Amino acid sequence: LHTIPYDIISDWMNQIVKDHPDLVTRVEYGKTYEKRTISLLKIGLNTEAKKKAIWMDCGIHAREWIAPAFCQYFVNQILQSYKTDAKMQEMMKNVDFYVTPVLNIDGYIYTWKDNTTRLWRKNRSLGPSPDCYGTDLNRNFDANWGTVGVSFNCSSNIFCGTNATSEPEAQAVTYFVGTRKDDFLCFLTIHSYGQLLLLPYGHPNYTASNYEELMKVGQDAAEAIKKVHGQNYRVGTSPDVLYPNSGSSRDWARMQGIPFSYTFELRDNGTFGFQLPEDQIQPACEEAYSGALHIITYAHNQIYSGAVAVTAVTLWTLLLAAGVTLM
Amino acid sequence: MGPKSVVVLAAFLTAAIGPRAGSEVNEGRASALEDAAERAMAARQLNPHHYEARRAAQVVPLYLNTRHGSPFRLFGLQTVHAATVEDVGDSGRRYQLEMSVQEIITETTEKCSAEVFFPGEGKQPSPPQVKVSPLTELLRVDAKAEEEALYQRYRTKDPPLSAQYLPDSHGRLDPDMKPFWHLCIVASSFVMLSESTEGTLYNMAQVASITQLPTENEQLKFDGLVLLHDMVSQEIPRWKLLFTWSPAGGVTVLQMEQQPRCPHC
Repeated sequence: LHTIPYDIISDWMNQIVKDHPDLVTRVEYGKTYEKRTISLLKIGLNTEAKKKAIWMDCGIHAREWIAPAFCQYFVNQILQSYKTDAKMQEMMKNVDFYVTPVLNIDGYIYTWKDNTTRLWRKNRSLGPSPDCYGTDLNRNFDANWGTVGVSFNCSSNIFCGTNATSEPEAQAVTYFVGTRKDDFLCFLTIHSYGQLLLLPYGHPNYTASNYEELMKVGQDAAEAIKKVHGQNYRVGTSPDVLYPNSGSSRDWARMQGIPFSYTFELRDNGTFGFQLPEDQIQPACEEAYSGALHIITYAHNQIYSGAVAVTAVTLWTLLLAAGVTLM
Repeated sequence: MGPKSVVVLAAFLTAAIGPRAGSEVNEGRASALEDAAERAMAARQLNPHHYEARRAAQVVPLYLNTRHGSPFRLFGLQTVHAATVEDVGDSGRRYQLEMSVQEIITETTEKCSAEVFFPGEGKQPSPPQVKVSPLTELLRVDAKAEEEALYQRYRTKDPPLSAQYLPDSHGRLDPDMKPFWHLCIVASSFVMLSESTEGTLYNMAQVASITQLPTENEQLKFDGLVLLHDMVSQEIPRWKLLFTWSPAGGVTVLQMEQQPRCPHC
């Protein structure tokens, strides 16, 4: 498993569609500042029913290379698992997975330019000051925008942009997910480093209505992660375990009503930081997959485990109503 | 030693290591005991998984690196088990920590108690003060042979060492360069320790360059440019370092100078 330049990721997306035409389509849903097409893989069985959805995005921050690697791993893994695992088959029938391997494409490509650009974080939009580039996309969403954990100085690495959703990359997600928000059960946004599972909200004065549940599911996911290679992931709101912030995609998603919204901060704890060595990519992805799958399965089961019973009740109700009308 | 002296000594020891959850301090007649009691009650319990404890604990391995770090010995934070914080008048805040520190290269872990004092906002920002209980396991890690071999090899190196971007963009390190990556983390620890506050969380992101200078006073000497990462601001501060190392002398930083921000980096 390697980290891969963007062109190869794009080619890989096309290949996945070719290899799994019954399950996968590539959907273009926006443009970056430098006019590159942002696309995702929609993965699931084509049924006539209106399906619930799982969102995953990677690479909102350009330098966090393990994140796009994880999105690729995730896609490969669920498709592999689908062949033999009954639970995955059930989930593919009931939900669609929407996976964006690289959201901040301009930034990601920039980090591949040369040795000096490797640690770029933001997108590549020209700011309000001359020669000042980049907005922190994870401070640009319309969720308590511009309040805490941000800078209004364009040269800062946490510059939140000129306005909420000023950035085309943030607009793309906002429009795509926003017009389908009732469909989404789960919104996972993948970052590095720090080994954390962060829940909404980034603003210390706001608590999610399902905070207790988010903590419980998060802690169970962290336990699942630990079982894989013994790594500890801390769980909590951003202000509790890391720092306050505003305008994150996770907070925005939760505010849309998407109940299970988490930020994953993958390996490591700071020794290699953003430049995770090749021999750690596979184990980092394996453990993160375990954690993500736990959350996704839980979210799926909230809706679909009792489905058979619900359908039966509905059917009887209809029959009885029809019977009464006839009489 | 009379019984009263033993009690006073116990109180001092308890105060030095820090109040533990559920510990009781006797309302003693000796003023030392009363002081200890006041301090214990003033100290606020922290969630060990949360940011305050984590930021304070991060400073401890930095301190250990400055005292005991070498190309073959490096310390990192493993876990925080318990933490308290208290205001020390107007002069700053003191954290008491129960934690596990790791020697990164051998992956040896040891529990310890530590105290980190962050001075308050004064005219001159000053570095935190750190005390750590003795680390027997980690300091037993024997790297003397490797250190001596490296030292002898580079003492009269021709051409002198010159390297860039450790690790590279993919996290790769030449095996020959690994000890110098470690050495730069140790040297960076002097800066990171000095710059640490309750509002920072430092790691070294990358060595931009390291150049060996002529050996001086039996110390290997280096000029380095290191890129740090502060998790809280998400910035990459750049520091120029002039430092020396020998197995006997450890690492000494002669000069440290922050470089201007790189706008395209």
